[in-house]
Amino acid sequence: MRTVSNEIESIQDPGPAPHVLRATDVNQRSEKRAEQQVAILFALSGVGSLLLIYSYVFVAKDVFIFIPVMGNQNAQQLGLGIGMAMSLFFLGMAAIHWAKTLMPETEVVNHRHEFRSSDEDREDLIKTVKEGVAGVQLGRRKLIKRSMAASMGLFALPPVLLLRDLGPLPKKLLETTNWKSGTRLVTDPGDRPILASDLEVGSVVQVLPAIAGLSEDSEHFERPLKDIAKDPVLLIRLRPEDFNLTPEKLAMTHEGIIAFSKICSHMGCAVALYEQTTKHLLCPCHQSTFDVTRGAKVIFGPAARPLPQLDITVDAEGYLIARAPFSESVGPSYWERNSQ
Amino acid sequence: MTTAEKRVSAVANYVDERTGAAGWVKKSLNKVFPDHWSFMLGEVCMYSFIILLISGTFLTLWFDPSQREVIYNGVYEPLQGLKMSAAYASTLDISFEVRGGLLMRQIHHWSALIFMAAIVAHLLRVFFTGAFRKPREFNWILGIILVTLGLVEGLFGYSLPDDLLSGTGMRITSAIIQAIPLVGTYISFFLFGGEFPGVGFIPRIFTLHVLLIPGIFLAVITIHVMLVWYQKHTQFAGPGKTEKNVVGHPILPVYMAKAGGFFFIVFGVTAFLGAVASINPVWLFGPYTPGQISAGSQPDWYMGWLDGLVRMAPPWETHAFGHTISWNILIPALIVPGILFTGMALYPFIESWITGDKREHHLLDRPRNVPNRTALGVMSITFVLITLINGGNDILAVAFDLSINQIMWFSRISVFVLPPLAFVITKRLCLSLQRADRELVLHGKETGRLVRMPSGEFVEVHEPISEQKRFILTSHEQPTPLVLEDIDSRGVRRAGKFKNKLRVRLSKAHAVAIPKVTAQELKEIENH
Repeated sequence: MRTVSNEIESIQDPGPAPHVLRATDVNQRSEKRAEQQVAILFALSGVGSLLLIYSYVFVAKDVFIFIPVMGNQNAQQLGLGIGMAMSLFFLGMAAIHWAKTLMPETEVVNHRHEFRSSDEDREDLIKTVKEGVAGVQLGRRKLIKRSMAASMGLFALPPVLLLRDLGPLPKKLLETTNWKSGTRLVTDPGDRPILASDLEVGSVVQVLPAIAGLSEDSEHFERPLKDIAKDPVLLIRLRPEDFNLTPEKLAMTHEGIIAFSKICSHMGCAVALYEQTTKHLLCPCHQSTFDVTRGAKVIFGPAARPLPQLDITVDAEGYLIARAPFSESVGPSYWERNSQ
Repeated sequence: MTTAEKRVSAVANYVDERTGAAGWVKKSLNKVFPDHWSFMLGEVCMYSFIILLISGTFLTLWFDPSQREVIYNGVYEPLQGLKMSAAYASTLDISFEVRGGLLMRQIHHWSALIFMAAIVAHLLRVFFTGAFRKPREFNWILGIILVTLGLVEGLFGYSLPDDLLSGTGMRITSAIIQAIPLVGTYISFFLFGGEFPGVGFIPRIFTLHVLLIPGIFLAVITIHVMLVWYQKHTQFAGPGKTEKNVVGHPILPVYMAKAGGFFFIVFGVTAFLGAVASINPVWLFGPYTPGQISAGSQPDWYMGWLDGLVRMAPPWETHAFGHTISWNILIPALIVPGILFTGMALYPFIESWITGDKREHHLLDRPRNVPNRTALGVMSITFVLITLINGGNDILAVAFDLSINQIMWFSRISVFVLPPLAFVITKRLCLSLQRADRELVLHGKETGRLVRMPSGEFVEVHEPISEQKRFILTSHEQPTPLVLEDIDSRGVRRAGKFKNKLRVRLSKAHAVAIPKVTAQELKEIENH
């Protein structure tokens, strides 16, 4: 099928260029010098090992020395590292210098052999395999064949089943947060409830849902990390006229205070950057940008959905509370998520 | 015989009577390895792997792979009294209280970066020189398995300290897993032991990172190197070198001394970096909590291009029948890398299909002599570089005072435009280099000596190049396009009309070349 174009006459192989001897091959003084160089390299390696031992035993952990360019450096770490680097590096240099200057440098030719087995070997193999297969008699013994197939199929199930207890089933866990109707918004950190009047225009506060009975005494209460992965909310106060929202979304704000989930709707990072002037929220992971004035609408980047908005109001004492739980799952998308 | 010789021969006799190893060992020690600087790249991979095993074992002696919450009361003052996982606390202890612990952590991390860089460089060397051709296709595929494993192993490794940066990486990993249709949520819950961040992830990836994946690595590397040994190393074309031989230094003593010495040099350089160049200072990031993040979050370089792809993805999601499909995650994080790695693994078979070449190749190509392949390689590198640039768009925006949006749009457009452009330019460059080779063989090299002719004309004197050099520049085979008749040799109409047409076209593109100098041409010019 392939036509190899060697009708043209290629330039002939002239054979290797004549071998040029090294200085160390012809000059005894060079040879002697190379030998000394190798010995010096080995000695430098030894110096490195000693430096390492010295630093380990005698240099205290909290001593810092000033090295130009690098600044203050921990003396022990530097001594151990430089010692180790020297001890290894010069060992290698010595071996290579030795090989290059003093060991024989003539090149040797080996021949390649074809990988293909001989025809006899191949035929013998086929015969052996055929005989072996015939001995198993699978073609004739239908009953064995079928029962084997069935048991092998069943055999594959237990290993999968045994992994079942790796974790709980997802159920509705990704749809639920600790925000309930009436949950107070408390500062993070600090767990203090927030008066709507305390928030100035332009301010941003990170809040978490108050946990009944424990919010005043955060010393003894530990929020599970899985809750901190879903619950954080950003509270932003703008002038009410800055908003450009649908009536439903506007009704979810309170006197210019708007609350969004802090968990990015793209991959779940904390949307931590707020730009005062543009009123944009930016996720530092993949730069999805959300416009606060338009209900955290995505204006740039890979996120496909706005940040979920929390419906807020105030209770009788004037503290901010959630009027309702989140109406959708917070965080990244997943197959079972109903995003309609 | 001296006493020493007697002792050695007694031991050798003892072993050989029980194993019959003498014949094999004799043959092996006479084995020849060709010399070229680029053949060291694979060695760097193997040596970094050994360094990773040594430094990693050291770290496991103190590391506590647990998400159990502890109160830190170690020596690092800024974090004293904080709640954190035992994994993070023990990483701080390794860094501040174990003598040489920080050095080993930094050596481990640096050698991981060098390992991945060397793998990529080695892969490119093998690709551009055509070393993957028959009979080495299996080894190419093993190499693709190794680079893929390396990505996963690296990701798990830098996630273990459980600091704020690596936790963010895990959050992204869990989101990618969740995005898989049908089973994603379940896999994520089982892997993490519940809702993110779960309780089981650190101990589980620890086992994968220190036992399972290194075990697979060790097995695959062993087969990879044994195949090189058995199939013998490729060599560059040159005087005295043919497809039937291999020219170089024998294992004993020169190659062994050089390769062994080189291991210590690689280790020494890595140790030097570990001593003076700070890497992943986890104490600055603080413990992981999902509600916080550090600005400028960056993965290690070999994951950066994937992150860049994710960043540039358009905001597409499909919502239907109560389900969500996140194309903005699936395409950049799973589909595109899947296509790239599969394409890479299949490339040897694709090229051999295009050229119709089913012969063994032991002489390496110079990249310029196979313009299509070289252009394809440069095109892929361009693609990855653009995605890598976009992976650092926030850092670049700050460093060069640009807007992130500009960089993102630049990447989104150029990721489609620049790779094909790189292909065309590279192919042209290859052909120009072939032309330069032709000039060199025919007219010799420029000496810079100007001579004035009797006619008043100035000419530069050219000096002929050596016979050996001429041979090196002309010994390659120039491909001819495949010819596929519609009717085959037995007069039967060939099936697959479109497939054949495509194959002939690709083969024609592949065979583009500047005709090399023939012996005839050279003779003519010498007779002038």
